[in-house]
Amino acid sequence: MIAKQTRNLPVHVILVIAVLIFAFPVYLALIGSTWDAGRIGRGQMPLTPGPDLIQNYTNALTSARGGRIIGNPVQNLLWNSARMALAIAIGKIVISVLSAYAVAFFRFPLRSFFFGMIFLTLMLPIEVRIAPTYKVMSDLGLINSFAGLTVPLMASATGTLLFRQFFLTIPDEYVEAAKVDGAGPLRFFWSIALPLSRTNIAALFVILFIYGWNQYLWPLLVTTGRDLETIVIGIVKMMGSGEAQTDWNLIMASTVLALIPPVLVVILMQQWFVRGLVQTEK
Amino acid sequence: MQRRVVFPNRLLPYLLLLPQLAITTVFFFWPASQAIYQSLLRQDPFGLRTQFVFLQNFQSVLSDPLYIEAFQVTAVFSISVTLFVMMLALLFAVMADRQIRGAPAYKTLLLWPYALAPAVAAVLWVFIFHPSIGILGKALNGLGLKWDYQLNGVQALVLIVVASAWKQIAHNFLFFLAGLQSVPPAIVEAALIDGAGAWKLFRKILFPLISPTTFYLLTINLVFSFFDTFGVIHALTHGGPGRATTTLMYKVYMDGYVNLNLGESAAQSVVLMLIVSALVWIQFRSTEGKVHYS
Repeated sequence: MIAKQTRNLPVHVILVIAVLIFAFPVYLALIGSTWDAGRIGRGQMPLTPGPDLIQNYTNALTSARGGRIIGNPVQNLLWNSARMALAIAIGKIVISVLSAYAVAFFRFPLRSFFFGMIFLTLMLPIEVRIAPTYKVMSDLGLINSFAGLTVPLMASATGTLLFRQFFLTIPDEYVEAAKVDGAGPLRFFWSIALPLSRTNIAALFVILFIYGWNQYLWPLLVTTGRDLETIVIGIVKMMGSGEAQTDWNLIMASTVLALIPPVLVVILMQQWFVRGLVQTEK
Repeated sequence: MQRRVVFPNRLLPYLLLLPQLAITTVFFFWPASQAIYQSLLRQDPFGLRTQFVFLQNFQSVLSDPLYIEAFQVTAVFSISVTLFVMMLALLFAVMADRQIRGAPAYKTLLLWPYALAPAVAAVLWVFIFHPSIGILGKALNGLGLKWDYQLNGVQALVLIVVASAWKQIAHNFLFFLAGLQSVPPAIVEAALIDGAGAWKLFRKILFPLISPTTFYLLTINLVFSFFDTFGVIHALTHGGPGRATTTLMYKVYMDGYVNLNLGESAAQSVVLMLIVSALVWIQFRSTEGKVHYS
């Protein structure tokens, strides 16, 4: 549209300022991760890269030990976050695609009741029911276990709603043709419904991976030992009460390492991500 | 809504539903009902005796000055975050919606913070606002303004608002941009031909047309500030100094886990559940009938 092109300079100025507001804190962390702890602690960190990049990142990844911090090696933390995020994303997609298929392609007693039950879970974020959920977990002996960390976060309705909505758009003729050809419901699911859902699955995967990676309160409560600690919790623990004299170079290197995987997922899968976000939340 | 053609199987749909229903029951309905049940009980601190106290927990929660204080903190915090986020996100979205060179690049550069965990955003802002190592905190102290968010409650609140809002802008930006891009170009062109300037175009045409998005984001941002910001508060201020940044969510955590007052913590959870349910319900009612099946 030509009409919209008037007066471009102020627009660029505002957008560049916006980009800088977002980028600057990360830039600072990036710079901080290349200097030594002493210089940062004295408040003398320059705004240009320093000499300790490789040393800081190697230290953070393999031992996370500094003068003050005895951390959990960041490679373990990253691994824990990655498998937690993957388990939540994949688990949620599998259970929601199955239940959506049941609700969309069959007619059976109590169908609306079950769908309503799933729908109700939209109402309550896990934070609200966290104390009783914790109680249930400890009754089941799932505290500090991988299952305890991931399975409760799979109970949600968004995926089911998304897939149900999509399944309702598959033309009846497809189902009839499949029946004529002698395909049962499982064959139809595997050969038709699932392949058609590819883009929806990709979109949902990005959203859920980010959701899983960024969990905070639940891992904080459920992981009591260090072996399941996630990167987000690990960094906050490293920072502690945040006094000036601590190993800020390690904290900054770990922060950079913590944000690379989810940011990469969002940028590389941007088209699915945008689609997924707008669809799942509506 | 229902398909016309379905499969005839009797048992299979239940099997397909089973995993979802099992997880939902064990980790959702059971705990949620426990929360309601526990909110009606009082337990002594050693867990030896439990007594049914009916609505007494709610009464003591709602008349507790500390709870009212947390409620006020939550209100100030959530409204600040929501306003801050929505105004900036809308401004950026209106700008990025223009047909300018590099628009896709701007979009990518403005949406990536969505990927950050609130607690990670908080740590990044420590590097800026820390009183002795943060670039801005140091400068403020250099100017003689006593800046230390660990001692000053107002400053602590400012810090958690900034960190939370900063993380959430990208999310709102995407929704506003999607909303603006779905406005039919013909309407915009007609307005421009009629001589509307940029501001008038925005105020009379674009803003009214994206009002469903605005309303949706309003509720989403409130829910975000109630719950998802727990990580920001836990990482930065631990609810302090004093109780200056103790929100309702943080208080549930403190009372339930640190002080082990399960009955009152559960009652607080139930109050939060009611608030969220009301928000979700309002939002659901407002989007009803506007769902597109394309």
